[in-house]
Amino acid sequence: MSETKKTDADVTAAPDEREILLKVEGLQKHFPIRKGVLQRQVGAVKAVDGIDFEVRKGETLGVVGESGCGKSTMGRVITRLQEPTGGSIHFEGQDITRLNAAGMRPLRRDIQMIFQDPYGSLNPRHTIGGIVSAPFRLQDVEPEGGVKKEVQRLLELVGLSPEHFNRYPHEFSGGQRQRIGIARALALKPKLVVADEPVSALDVSIQAQVVNLMDDLQEELGLTYVIIAHDLSVVRHVSDRIAVMYLGKIVELADRTALYEAPMHPYTKALMSAVPVPDPKRRGAKSERILLRGDVPSPISPPSGCRFHTRCWKATEICRTTEPQLIELRPGQRVACHHPENFEDQAPQDTVLLSVAKEAASLVAEEVLAESAATSAAVAAEVEGSQEAEPSETSAEKPAAEATADAEATSAKTGPGARTAPATGVQEAKDDGQESTDE
Amino acid sequence: MTELSKTGAALGEPAPGNAPDAFLAVRDLKVHFPTDDGLVKSVDGLSFQVEKGKTLCIVGESGSGKSVTSLAIMGLHRLGAQGKHVQMSGEIWLDGKELVSADPDEVRRLRGREMAMIFQDPLSAMHPYYTIGNQIVEAYRVHNDVSKKVARKRAIEMLDRVGIPEPNKRVDGYPHEFSGGMRQRAMIAMALVNNPELLIADEPTTALDVTVQAQILDLIRDLQKEFGSAVVLITHDLGVVAEIADDVLVMYGGRCVERGSVDDVFERPQHPYTWGLLGSMPRIDRETSERLIPVKGQPPSLINVPSGCAFHPRCPYADIPKGDVTRTVRPELQQVGGGHFSACHLSPEDRTRIWTEEIAPKL
Repeated sequence: MSETKKTDADVTAAPDEREILLKVEGLQKHFPIRKGVLQRQVGAVKAVDGIDFEVRKGETLGVVGESGCGKSTMGRVITRLQEPTGGSIHFEGQDITRLNAAGMRPLRRDIQMIFQDPYGSLNPRHTIGGIVSAPFRLQDVEPEGGVKKEVQRLLELVGLSPEHFNRYPHEFSGGQRQRIGIARALALKPKLVVADEPVSALDVSIQAQVVNLMDDLQEELGLTYVIIAHDLSVVRHVSDRIAVMYLGKIVELADRTALYEAPMHPYTKALMSAVPVPDPKRRGAKSERILLRGDVPSPISPPSGCRFHTRCWKATEICRTTEPQLIELRPGQRVACHHPENFEDQAPQDTVLLSVAKEAASLVAEEVLAESAATSAAVAAEVEGSQEAEPSETSAEKPAAEATADAEATSAKTGPGARTAPATGVQEAKDDGQESTDE
Repeated sequence: MTELSKTGAALGEPAPGNAPDAFLAVRDLKVHFPTDDGLVKSVDGLSFQVEKGKTLCIVGESGSGKSVTSLAIMGLHRLGAQGKHVQMSGEIWLDGKELVSADPDEVRRLRGREMAMIFQDPLSAMHPYYTIGNQIVEAYRVHNDVSKKVARKRAIEMLDRVGIPEPNKRVDGYPHEFSGGMRQRAMIAMALVNNPELLIADEPTTALDVTVQAQILDLIRDLQKEFGSAVVLITHDLGVVAEIADDVLVMYGGRCVERGSVDDVFERPQHPYTWGLLGSMPRIDRETSERLIPVKGQPPSLINVPSGCAFHPRCPYADIPKGDVTRTVRPELQQVGGGHFSACHLSPEDRTRIWTEEIAPKL
């Protein structure tokens, strides 16, 4: 797909970027729903439904989203604890999508996982020593100085005492157990650690200890993290880049600063405005808050087009009919939206709001709407300006050109959206033309 | 308020203290649980008060006694003989009536009518076998002599009020058919069906997504405005506190370590534990400072609460006061400003200096 070409293009465009450790393309995980005597499949829970991203060496990718958006499933699929339904996973250039258990075994050393529940993830009948040395036993690794010594070193590394070797999990508090889980994950010096809600079960003061510990270990051991969490404050603190998921799709993928300073997808904006800020002075600024209507729709039959259109206050006809592609609107910021915030509209001809959007907009304060319109216009102007000024257009041009291809591909596929979709492409193409003439 | 004191007097309390002016007043509350391992001092001398129309947030880590306090106010610790499963002392005054020494039947008449509670996990707090409507109807009919039909109408009205779409259909739904946020709304509807004057919410949004959390907090705020009830909200999330509280009470090891208005506690916190909590929170509204400032060590066991100041083993400033005072003498709450109290041995000068020079710049 064009998606592949684009990520390749990114790498060549920016050779100084770090090496890609994990690359995920079009990843899908559907859980079948079976009914009746014959257990025929009558539908599927589309937990992960076509996502693309890559993780570079040494960075931390944060994945956020509401419960049920498929972020945990994504974590389990990329570590191959669950079989993907479609798409591909490349780890260090090797395709691991369809490797069997034996084929995966040597890679298990390099990919480790930290689990959410420090109570459920440690076997209560094994000692700490047994738990942390299990990776060595399973992989037939004889560390220097013997297993016991290495385990004790690991325990020290995560801030536990080596004397804890012969104790059982129930003797430890939640924070300490999470440290044991981390020690186990780090035993074989993995390259990639996938942490699923590593701190959400812990108390605030302990949470900070574990976050700092993970930070230190990353620096010391050069780890790469994929951190899955629902807490946007924690994710902001730990991540270099952040992917926002909604109903099995990535809606926005961007650098931390770009995402938090100028989110482009309306969902990202709403999600962030909902996080309570520990500062009573900000209480007056209530109008910033965007309340979303209702709940996340069911992943069994996700809404057509853009999945967020049922709750979005900017949704128009095109959102209902055409699925927006995840395209790089600004360097390092990929967004799947027809009407992004803080950027020029991708479908400006489509201005009639859907009725659901009108209802949703009634929950959004006037100021927010006015402000977002203003910033979007300003950014659009700025973008044009900067594109004129920028001497090397290659990186800016590429995604636009790709987008045209994307839009055309979509228009070819989708019948009813065919009329609107090419318009997006045309718009992009026009911008393209402008740039080259200006040059 | 004269009306309140009259009722208090009418009850003819043996009164170690007189009925207070405040709507809800807790004085020197102690809740201890005898266990095989020793006496668990979950709440050990807690005092606070809440006025009508105001919100008090109780903050603390797990095991600091927040939930036990709320259950004590609701009179839900009485199961089993007094003294065998739980030892309670102190006073809880609600609208001029003392509850700790009151007859359990009397407390039961108040529960649900004058005071109601929202629990953290609505799925386990609701009965899976009965419809949502059934459960709200029951809560209403216990306190009101009305027909089922009237009560059902009331249930639908309440579901509508808390923002459940198509309430006349959803009233016949079972708890498992509701999403987490909807379930919590139904629970709020159930709690508010008798227009209680005191609403206790124990971590009402902890199990919910941020977007739903925002909806629920808004709902609680709106309903409070409408009914003028007093709200006690228990949480560990300082963001929620800043959002909704009028007053804040910080608990540690079963005791109050700091109490004050929300501005006092966030702007001029006077206890090292409060500093610790503020320092360990990652903030969404700021560019990341290099590291979080965690509180070292673990929360204390409530069986062996550290001597002296319970926080001293984790306190980075425990050595500043002269001698052994932090290890031997338990600090009492002292007024540090109008309505602002703190239980700390550090001198006010030291506290102000540490806060302004060491803590505040790093937050």
